[in-house]
Amino acid sequence: MSWNTFSTVAETVKALNDKKVSAVELATHYLDRAAALQPVLNAYVTLDREKTLADAKTADDKRAVGGADVAAPLLGVPVAHKDIYLIDGWRTTCGSKMLENFIAPYTSTVVQNMSAAGMVTLGKLNMDEFAMGSSNETSYFGTVKNPWDISRVPGGSSGGSAASVAAGLTPASTGTDTGGSIRQPAMFCNLTGLKPTYGVCSRFGIIAFASSLDQAGPFAQTAEDCALLLNAMAGFDPNDATSLDRPKENYSRDLAKPLAGLRVGLPKEFFGEGVASGIAKAVDEALAVYRKLGAVTVEVSLPNVKYSVPAYYVVAPAEASSNLSRFDGVRYGHRAAEYSDLMDMYKRSRAEGFGAEVKRRILIGTYVLSLGYYDAYYLQAGKLRRLIAEDFKRAYEVCDVVMGPTAPETAFQFGSKSDDPVKMYLNDIFTICANLTGQPAMSHPCGVDESGQHVGMQIIGNYLDEARMLNVAHQFQLATDWHKCHPSI
Amino acid sequence: MAQWEVVIGLETHTQLTTVSKIFSGSSTEFGAAPNTQASVVDLAMPGALPVMNRGAVERAVKFGLAIGAKINRRSIFARKNYFYPDLPKGYQISQFETPIVQGGGLTITLDDGATKFIELTRAHLEEDAGKSVHEQFDAESGVDLNRAGTPLLEIVTEPVMRSAKEAIAYAKTLHNLVRYLDICDGNMQEGSFRCDVNVSVRPMGQKEFGTRREIKNLNSFKFMQQAIDYEVQWQIAEIEDGRKIQQATVLFNPDTGETKAMRSKEDAMDYRYFPDPDLPPLVVSDEMLARIKASMPELPEAKCARFSSQYGLSHYDALLLSQDGSTASYFETAVNAGADAKLVANWILGEVSASLNREDKTIEQSPVNAVRLSNLVARISDGTISHKIAKTVFEALWSGEAASVDAVIEAKGLKQISDSGTLEKIVDEVLAKSAAQIADYKAGKEKALMSIVGMVMKASQGKANPAQVNDIVRRKLA
Repeated sequence: MSWNTFSTVAETVKALNDKKVSAVELATHYLDRAAALQPVLNAYVTLDREKTLADAKTADDKRAVGGADVAAPLLGVPVAHKDIYLIDGWRTTCGSKMLENFIAPYTSTVVQNMSAAGMVTLGKLNMDEFAMGSSNETSYFGTVKNPWDISRVPGGSSGGSAASVAAGLTPASTGTDTGGSIRQPAMFCNLTGLKPTYGVCSRFGIIAFASSLDQAGPFAQTAEDCALLLNAMAGFDPNDATSLDRPKENYSRDLAKPLAGLRVGLPKEFFGEGVASGIAKAVDEALAVYRKLGAVTVEVSLPNVKYSVPAYYVVAPAEASSNLSRFDGVRYGHRAAEYSDLMDMYKRSRAEGFGAEVKRRILIGTYVLSLGYYDAYYLQAGKLRRLIAEDFKRAYEVCDVVMGPTAPETAFQFGSKSDDPVKMYLNDIFTICANLTGQPAMSHPCGVDESGQHVGMQIIGNYLDEARMLNVAHQFQLATDWHKCHPSI
Repeated sequence: MAQWEVVIGLETHTQLTTVSKIFSGSSTEFGAAPNTQASVVDLAMPGALPVMNRGAVERAVKFGLAIGAKINRRSIFARKNYFYPDLPKGYQISQFETPIVQGGGLTITLDDGATKFIELTRAHLEEDAGKSVHEQFDAESGVDLNRAGTPLLEIVTEPVMRSAKEAIAYAKTLHNLVRYLDICDGNMQEGSFRCDVNVSVRPMGQKEFGTRREIKNLNSFKFMQQAIDYEVQWQIAEIEDGRKIQQATVLFNPDTGETKAMRSKEDAMDYRYFPDPDLPPLVVSDEMLARIKASMPELPEAKCARFSSQYGLSHYDALLLSQDGSTASYFETAVNAGADAKLVANWILGEVSASLNREDKTIEQSPVNAVRLSNLVARISDGTISHKIAKTVFEALWSGEAASVDAVIEAKGLKQISDSGTLEKIVDEVLAKSAAQIADYKAGKEKALMSIVGMVMKASQGKANPAQVNDIVRRKLA
């Protein structure tokens, strides 16, 4: 086998290096497949064949003159981007009617970095509107279907990013994770997804949802691929004041390390009631694999993690309400066709341009920031963030990584939670804490439940411990085959 | 009728002299074509992020040090949320709870020489908004975002001023200081220095403040005076007519000389302040503080004291010369070029100031530069020309007739006549025609002598050395 639809990024690089396949052939293959499956999965919002093939051709030309080197290690490898990343000249919708016709005037740093590494942009992926959702049901451009079972959600908000890789529409994709938007869809679609430490990837050119929580990260089939992708994505960016100013790091460096002696912390709060039995069973079996690989498990406690969801639903909407103020119909984006005056223009444009979930969060956020409520909500939430961070700090005194289920439930049916926001929000109960603290966290496939739905193991690492987490997941993947399962689509 | 006391506090927006904007690399140059100096950050494109301009921070610290304030080593940027077309992000990045500069104050000198210390509440960094443009469009408005993101230092006083005069004196002192420090160009026409004046009145002796109204965006001292005067009498009239003052933002109309309440930007003024998550806390490091301290220029007060002691000037002259940096440096340049300091001071405060005022010029624009003035004064000191002739020479230099002092003296033949032979001859001619005055003088009328000297001066076309003439006349009539 030289190369196929489900080749990993690492395999694709090898096939390109061995001249088994060209960038144009790869791009053409995935574009054809994406177009063919678009009516079924609705994973993409925008495909631009001409642009993609031109990029691929450039990559092939570079390779012909010896351009595939350290500077461009992923030359010719296709990647699709969540439609929250601005790419100069590409429509960038953020899953919203508000930006239905918005053509980005510049390119986000992460996409620039990936292009510099040689990657070819396949298209823009569907997502929950402004990244607000856990099921991809809030997209203005329609729901994305889970390729494993099209009656089920792919997870969210990076639903298109997960569905596209799972269905073999691209070997890799980017997502963003504000409360679990990479890890939960990675679990639902049987992928490996990583949310790096806050500040590792630049947020410049990524449409902001909740600025203090948002972080870019990769989706791929394997931890090894995630390391390759993160190598391309990460790096200090002077355009983002919250970007970490530190030297570039090789996230693949520790992949091969054995796990003997690894201390895995198991927070009792992640293993209590509320976790579906099928998930608990799969996670237990995966932990048994880890023990076999030499890891030691220790129980830890994160007593304040139970406040994650309420703290998150203060901080995220508060920041979002302010971040989304720029969508006012004045300079770009949707503007109502008719209005009587300036205030009416604002009201109508925003009422028409935003969907229900976005409006709900703007309302919550506006409320919690209001005079007299700020102290009771936003300030308190900030204190909880610090308490949760202290919980983790204590845990890392006795363990190297924290593990648990990525989500309390596996992929659910469309419509089963969309009427009950709180039920929907609780799906992120295990993922949110890492956003509140800024720690790196990832999800990797670790089994299925009784209905055959995929279960993800979440690894929460200490700050900047991505290389170790990727090493842990990679060693697991060397010992298991869950990540090699593909849907028959 | 009750006696009213006026209470005034000022908020001054000073535009900092950075080349680029406070959170983006766009130019801050004034007067470019609309929206040509607006980057993706200034346009609030999706995904764009602010990055702090350290130059703006340094200027704020410089100001804080100059007024003896506390420099907060860690200050926070907050978002002030409201919708307006000239505010592209839907929020202004400003400092709310923790400003970079806290406290401090300025000493003002009033016309009667009295001084007063004006306490400052704070000075904080923030970004300016864009501009709505209404003229060029029919039914719509345009938005020019060139100014959006221009760095401002908002300087806020305590409500400690008690008259329009104090307010103006404060504003002028502040205006001088920021230019001294070279942190603001002070150009009021271009909006680089704009004042919001909070005015309230209360019955004399009452402790509580009255309800204040804020006069927005005053960009000249004259308008400030007019606006405060109008506002004060309006408020007093309202209260005396039995009405209550409503807290409001008002605009001054220079054409009518009146203030008028304007519509608020958002009906309920809840700006929903919260720390901007895009900007980490602003840290002023030890190194930065030390570097700025070392680079502080001499401040007006210190300069005034030095001018007095070093050059023997009166306190009043020293104060006038040190109030603004350009005048001070003009003075010292002239003195360093060799002229007598007191004479130079007199000339700057006299002839130079009068000419500048007449032509509405700043001292930097003076056609007679400091070195030339120095040469002129030197020619008086060495007796080449008299004070009176010096004025003629000054005028010639001012109008550009000639390039150097000596050239004017030469060309116009203005050199003082000190040759005693020549002078005696002129005196003899005058005495021959002055029998009556000579008689008066001999009868003891000292005034008659002055009249004779005057005639000699006239006969010499002002060039005769007056002291010498005096001596010769006395001698001849003795």
